[in-house]
Amino acid sequence: MKRNLPLFFAFFCGILVIVSEFIPHRPFSMMIQTLQDWFMIISGFAILLGQISLFQSNLAKIQQRESGWMYYLAGLISFIIMLLVGIFWGTQETGGLFGHGANIQAAMGSKPFDYLFDYAYQPLSATMFSLLAFFIASAAYRAFIIRSFESNLLMITAIIVILGRTSLGGMLTSWLPESLKFWHLPNLSDFIMEYPNSAAQRAIMISAALGIIGSSLRIILGIERSYLGSDK
Amino acid sequence: MSNFMSIFGLWLSVFFTFSIFSFLYKDNPFYKLAEQIFVGLSAAYWLVYLFYSIMLPNLFTKLVHDFRGNIILLIPAALGIMMLLRIFPKTQWVSRFPIAIMIGTSAGINMVRYTKSDLLSQISATMINPFASSSPSIVMGNILLIIGTICGVYYFYFSKKQEGISAVPSKLGIWFLMISFGASFGYTVMARISLLIGRLEFLLKDWLHIIN
Amino acid sequence: MSAVSSSQVERRIVFLLLLIAVALPLIFPLGWKTEVSNYSKLAWNLIQSAPDSSVAIFSFDYDPSSMTELQPMAEAMLDHAFSRNHRVLVMALWPQGMQMAEQAFSKILAKYPDKRYGIDYAYMGYKVAGIVAIQSMGKNMAEVFPADLSGTKYQDIPMLHDVKTLKDIAYINSLSTGVPGIKEWVMAARDVYQTPVTGGTTAVSAPGLIPYVNSQQQLFGLLGGLKAASEYESLIDVIGPATVKMDSQSVAHILILFLIAVGNIKALRARKRGHNE
Repeated sequence: MKRNLPLFFAFFCGILVIVSEFIPHRPFSMMIQTLQDWFMIISGFAILLGQISLFQSNLAKIQQRESGWMYYLAGLISFIIMLLVGIFWGTQETGGLFGHGANIQAAMGSKPFDYLFDYAYQPLSATMFSLLAFFIASAAYRAFIIRSFESNLLMITAIIVILGRTSLGGMLTSWLPESLKFWHLPNLSDFIMEYPNSAAQRAIMISAALGIIGSSLRIILGIERSYLGSDK
Repeated sequence: MSNFMSIFGLWLSVFFTFSIFSFLYKDNPFYKLAEQIFVGLSAAYWLVYLFYSIMLPNLFTKLVHDFRGNIILLIPAALGIMMLLRIFPKTQWVSRFPIAIMIGTSAGINMVRYTKSDLLSQISATMINPFASSSPSIVMGNILLIIGTICGVYYFYFSKKQEGISAVPSKLGIWFLMISFGASFGYTVMARISLLIGRLEFLLKDWLHIIN
Repeated sequence: MSAVSSSQVERRIVFLLLLIAVALPLIFPLGWKTEVSNYSKLAWNLIQSAPDSSVAIFSFDYDPSSMTELQPMAEAMLDHAFSRNHRVLVMALWPQGMQMAEQAFSKILAKYPDKRYGIDYAYMGYKVAGIVAIQSMGKNMAEVFPADLSGTKYQDIPMLHDVKTLKDIAYINSLSTGVPGIKEWVMAARDVYQTPVTGGTTAVSAPGLIPYVNSQQQLFGLLGGLKAASEYESLIDVIGPATVKMDSQSVAHILILFLIAVGNIKALRARKRGHNE
């Protein structure tokens, strides 16, 4: 029962989705609607599970005084503060346990949850990813080297696109006559994106789709069952 | 008070921004601290939004307001709790049921959606008359589109050793992929630079007031 | 100086150059003009051609990490939609999306003070499970959104009286950074319920989504990155946040090209030295 019943559930749900695609009428339409609504609720619990696991693992690191445990403690404290202010006074339009907290809003300029989002979460998130600009500049200098015909193709395309997607690229070739407008850098860059790039990306898309269809079938038919974990 | 808090908030943002940027020099305690605070805030943010946007309206409010009419919602609620039992080693197996439902449903949805959007529609979009347009560049583009797609798929799917004439489409497929990767690199450069512009704009505008 | 430390120094010089290349044009703008691509025009056309008072979905499927690219798009497209008197259902497939939406709205609503909540726009909130939520919206919107963010029931929101499923939506505009995002909207809304989909994405994701802008019209145009956002601003005759950042973008691109050239010359010289030895 511990293995076969879940496998049957997966089979039933998968088949139900496929059947309802071809027979979008009662009872299948109703069944699939119910299944999708349930899916959203279960997904909510799945995310909750993820957050509990994160909390547990951080707590364990602190208890065992692992190296850098102070940082995990700071993470845990920020987690608790954000969670509590969210529960107490809500977010944006939504009220919390203590309503919208008019007094605290007047003092802080916004709800505490939104305040933390604007002044802590937002700069942290945006700066974290902006670091990549420096690394890609460094990569362009160190690793973007011509070595073969293929790397030549890659390099030439990259240069056209990098130039074509700037104002300067347009200015550089704006003197070209109408009959040669194809070679105007922004046009050339758009041409590359629309045709050769689309062709390659479409090939990737079609190939990946075939792979996904295959693996979905394996799951529905119970051939792929690694998601159940081991019996131990 | 509100004014003080907004100034304090601004300095907090500046502190976090520089803490993250300090990683460019080398890994250091400021970066590690900012990183973990980010993780903590991020996790709590998800949880709070999850509660207010999903759990409350789609489950709890419905059950509280009309329990009899929504009694069926006890099933996904029970499945959700079974999912949470994964935390305890002894009851881990119970979570297989909701996981199986989610995986089975996702597999079914992926199968039908990818078949339609990424397989059939993409094939249809490639089966075009390349000579339909009067513009030579579009005709050339359409021919490239058809050849590139076919050769790309050939490269991915015919994995037997390719020699002689059978290697030609594969080689062409690689060339198209290289052009696409080059374009992707160009776009990636653009994206990363944009993110940096955003942060520098914050420092120069909101903090230092150097620019308007 | 050891080899390791010299490479470290080179690295830091590159970082410094990039910082200068981005910062200087922000302080001293160059005012370079940008040209509009076909993809941006297609997206603009969809919003422009939708009838007066039609209900559109703006899905904020991103977080602050990509806000420099996507926030200007969101603002420009919202500005365009409001100028065409469209009513906007605001939702998010990413939890951080609703905060991004509120920031965009607070800015654009200042330009349209007559727009009223519930009649011209409504915040329906974040929904988990991406493609499943969209599929469900195709069958019954009220089931997915029992209430808006402030707790008002779906049935009590005036602008949504005639909106039962995705089929009643004039167009969907997804501003997306990854998964779930535009791809899911194309798959579950456009390809199933024929609701037109357009959107904006980060430049990183754009090449992979371009095949959807095809003869099947799976996607009506696509804005990719800051450049496309500035193109959209020029289409609606606004000098917005993306336009002012384009000078920095252009100068930084030139620096990257310069770095590629220097890197290659260095590699070539090293290779020649290797041959000679």
